[in-house]
Amino acid sequence: MESLIGLLVAAPLLGAAVLLCGGRRLDRTGHWLGTGLAFTSFVLGLVLFADMLGKDGEERALHSHLFTWIPVEGFQADAAFQLDQLSMTFVLLITGVGSLIHVYSVGYMEHDERRRRFFGYLNLFLAAMLLLVLADNFLLLYVGWEGVGLASYLLIGFWQHKPSAATAAKKAFIVNRVGDVGLSIAIMLMFVTFGTFAFEPVMNSVGETGEGKLTAIGLMLLLAACGKSAQVPLQSWLGDAMEGPTPVSALIHAATMVTAGVYLIVRSGAIFDAAPDAQLVVTIVGAVTLLFGAIVGCAKDDIKKALAGSTMSQIGYMILAAGLGPIGYAFAIMHLVTHGFFKAGLFLGAGSVMHGMNDEVDMRKYGGLRKYMPVTFVTFGLGYLAIIGFPGLSGFFSKDLIIEAAFAKGGTQGWILGGAALLGAALTAYYMTRVMLMTFFGEKRWEADAKGDMPHPHESPKTMTIPMIVLAIGSVGAGAFFDIGERFVHWLEPVTGFEHGHLPDGLSVPMVTGATVACMVLGVAAAWLQYGRRPVPAAAPRGSLLTRAARRDLLQDDFNHVALVKPGEYLTRGLVYLDHKLVDGIVNGTAAAFGGLSARMRRVQNGYARSYAVSMFGGAVVLIAATLLMRAV
Amino acid sequence: MADSSFPLLTLTAAVPAVGAIATAAVPAAKRELAKRLALGVSLVTLVLAAVIAVRYDPNGDRFQLTESRSWIADFGVRYELGVDGIAVVLVALTALLIPFVILAGWHDADPTGKQSSRWRPTQGFFALILAVEAMVIVSFLATDIFLFYIFFEAMLIPMYFLIGGFGDKAHEHGEEEAARQRSYAAVKFLLYNLAGGLIMLAAVIGLFVVTNDQLGAGTFSLQEILQARADGDLEISTNTERLLFLGFFFAFAVKAPLWPLHTWLPNAMGESTAPVAVLITAVVDKVGTFAMLRFCLGLFPEASDWATPVVLVLALVSILYGALLAIGQRDMKRLIAYASISHFGFIVLGIFAMTSQGHAGATLYMVNHGISTAALMLVAGFLISRRGSRLIADYGGVQKVAPVLAGTFLIGGLATLSLPGLAPFVSEFLVLVGTFSRYPAIGIIATVGIVLAAIYVLVLYQRTMTGPVAEKVAKLPDLRAREMLVVAPLIALLIGLGVYPKPLTEIVNPAVEHTMSDVQKSDPEPDVNPVEAAHE
Repeated sequence: MESLIGLLVAAPLLGAAVLLCGGRRLDRTGHWLGTGLAFTSFVLGLVLFADMLGKDGEERALHSHLFTWIPVEGFQADAAFQLDQLSMTFVLLITGVGSLIHVYSVGYMEHDERRRRFFGYLNLFLAAMLLLVLADNFLLLYVGWEGVGLASYLLIGFWQHKPSAATAAKKAFIVNRVGDVGLSIAIMLMFVTFGTFAFEPVMNSVGETGEGKLTAIGLMLLLAACGKSAQVPLQSWLGDAMEGPTPVSALIHAATMVTAGVYLIVRSGAIFDAAPDAQLVVTIVGAVTLLFGAIVGCAKDDIKKALAGSTMSQIGYMILAAGLGPIGYAFAIMHLVTHGFFKAGLFLGAGSVMHGMNDEVDMRKYGGLRKYMPVTFVTFGLGYLAIIGFPGLSGFFSKDLIIEAAFAKGGTQGWILGGAALLGAALTAYYMTRVMLMTFFGEKRWEADAKGDMPHPHESPKTMTIPMIVLAIGSVGAGAFFDIGERFVHWLEPVTGFEHGHLPDGLSVPMVTGATVACMVLGVAAAWLQYGRRPVPAAAPRGSLLTRAARRDLLQDDFNHVALVKPGEYLTRGLVYLDHKLVDGIVNGTAAAFGGLSARMRRVQNGYARSYAVSMFGGAVVLIAATLLMRAV
Repeated sequence: MADSSFPLLTLTAAVPAVGAIATAAVPAAKRELAKRLALGVSLVTLVLAAVIAVRYDPNGDRFQLTESRSWIADFGVRYELGVDGIAVVLVALTALLIPFVILAGWHDADPTGKQSSRWRPTQGFFALILAVEAMVIVSFLATDIFLFYIFFEAMLIPMYFLIGGFGDKAHEHGEEEAARQRSYAAVKFLLYNLAGGLIMLAAVIGLFVVTNDQLGAGTFSLQEILQARADGDLEISTNTERLLFLGFFFAFAVKAPLWPLHTWLPNAMGESTAPVAVLITAVVDKVGTFAMLRFCLGLFPEASDWATPVVLVLALVSILYGALLAIGQRDMKRLIAYASISHFGFIVLGIFAMTSQGHAGATLYMVNHGISTAALMLVAGFLISRRGSRLIADYGGVQKVAPVLAGTFLIGGLATLSLPGLAPFVSEFLVLVGTFSRYPAIGIIATVGIVLAAIYVLVLYQRTMTGPVAEKVAKLPDLRAREMLVVAPLIALLIGLGVYPKPLTEIVNPAVEHTMSDVQKSDPEPDVNPVEAAHE
């Protein structure tokens, strides 16, 4: 069984290599090869899963040591895998949802001449993400971590001829690199503290060192997680990443990439459990981001950017839960899985809408689409109900558990975090209802595209609708399936640990659930009053100060521009000037003082011979002086 | 194994040397023959370097395959060669890169219409490359300090002619200006390095004086001096050792190059052809960092320790300064040159961190930087030769017209920014962790360099390869077979050594241990011993 773990990664990696190096002759079949290899990986995952279910909870972890990667005195990095319940959950999500997105892309990218390459990149994405979740040490995880960054760079910038896409791709990679610095430093700290950075020995010896070091490691891991999972303050790349083809957004937001930060924190749970200060910062980042993303999501007219804001917010919930420790780890991952279903479904639905609307993304130019795209409407609608937490659907269970756990943190902190999570639930209901109403209900506000063609909305082909249907089923049923009998918690408990949170006095579970549902209803009602009862204006109204700020992503880019980009430009320009004038000048000038070299350099047409002679002479003087000095010393 | 009767090392250096003379002697009309001869010679050298690597026994003596003959007996100068693990991998790197340099520069020295009266430029170009190869190899092999010094200096002469005599066919300011700037760059290169070399010469002689006083007979033999120091027969006074260290270090810091002595490098790499630029940064400059590790640390451990704070700061400045300057460049060859300055900062950081990881990392870094820069620079050279401009702003959308060229350029760039999975990541991380374990603050600041690297590489890629297709780019052909033959093996090596660097680390590790014992340092212990913790 252990040897299958390597194959899990190897299958999509092989696909990437073949598709990217294979050349034109694979243009006709390449996409099916890529899809097939993604499914192969999924099937391998299922086989391993079945095998795992046959064992007791504590003995389910598999280890597979491939080879010693970097053997240097006192430092050892292995290429070794570890498959436990946590990794298994991710494997099934990545390969399962990933395979569906492959199928969808066959239809979505049908008319793109570089489809083969697209599938190569998709395979690379899966391989990198699988490596990330299967590594048994932080350095190998780092390889997958940056591999994911590379794959997202290639996919976000897939339409490279568009300068906006190329810029967005570069931005994503560079912002992620800032996070990667955190991961580097965390690994270095682990190395000097524990002499290793493999999961097991590090987690087992957490108790041997002081809280200060652990807090530092925790904060650095959080920085890394912020980059990959688009959490404040490293969130700015996510909205721009919508420049990529829509299946890419589904892949980044549901199955891969942004979930990596949550994985990292849950995987390092032992470190965070022993560093409460770091945990507190994690919960704050989560709470701030869940509100930040939700507010941005409320203001966007671009359907993909509205969904991007939503992702940021939902990942915020997961990070918040992960920061709560053993009362939250399992819920963070559970929400991650249910979110994987409905967010992938929502993005694929958005892509389907765009497909039928001449690639229009502005929701103000949609309207009344439910009649024209019934399958898309129903599947998107189910995803919508799931994400707002409609009772009985997936999001209801997983989100409610996080809100309860937030209150259960206790004290003022619990009230603040729980309150933020409740407010987030209301905002989620608001912005998602807004998306739903603007897209599928109301008047038709369609406009001709740049070429003058009016859109003729139509249902998408089967390759696109079938994945949407499968994901909709998951959006509906996964939450209840996981929650009944605490199945999901029992499954993860041997890895992440679990404690029941205790709500503060005066609160009970039904009260929190009731409040969550009430918030949801309020959000839906507010959106309906604004966008359902009255016609949607085709041009966006000016809006309040907050609306305008939210449209500009709460001024994140303006802030980065003023605080980082501009000063950076001045710094580099200044240094270029100084390097030429000052450093070069001083060194040349110093040389001139010793032997008139600089003057010779300016008169190069005199040939180098004379300069040579002068410098030889200068050298000889130095030489004699040095010899005399040696004698004297 | 220690003393071989067969002079394998001499042969490895002699083949390119003789090859250079033979190439230069090829008649003017038979240009193609000269090219093929040079390529053949470089391949034979590669085979010999591979034989050295195979015959080197990691568990054997410190210096192996040694050869020793008397040379200038009066001054104790001997012809002594030998390799340790570090020298083995660097000789291998040199021998590996030269065939690619030759192949990439295949048409760089073809006489143009106007120059037909010149004296056999093609023969000269390839002969000079082989001459540089021979001299670099001797520098890596020499265990006699005077012998090292002679070749360390002598290689400046063929390099001077390579930089000054051959440039890109097109130049944004016209041919006359191009010739003037080339000439300036060549003279600047020569004078900087000559100045460094002369100061080193003073130190070399100073060392002779010291050994003469204390050992009875002056010697330049590295092995003898190391032995004498270990036995306590040779005790250099603190001040003298520091002066000698500075003399050596200055020369190596110019060559490496370390901030603020770096300004000759962008000129030299910018004005010379891409293969020559690779020769400078990937091969010749490595002698500087190699010599720091071998001579500065080996001969003057206490002075090295004394100078460490200053050197670390200079290395850190090089890392950040080089990267920031790279971001600000408009000329892609100068951009790569500044990126190299940043990378040399990492190498020096690893050397002076005085940890096993730092030393192993620095050694691997020399190899990996050589391969990654060769890949990036040579593809940039192919691009420049097509469009006739080095200016980044003259490009755009190349990805659309020449996807393979753009793809290989991206891989070279990703290697330059040390993407995990590619070889440079291994060495960069080792350097960082090796530095961090002794100097946490410096290690943390150095990680900023990895963000800056992402910026200069991706901005370069974005401006040249993506976006709308620029004018005059629309008809650029994609990579040709000869060019693929250059790039593909380099990329394969970057991936291979990134995934499985063990063959290199096995050779390097024992040499690192020796250097660590020379400087009498041991690695900082972790706070928690995981083995003990597991037993509790």
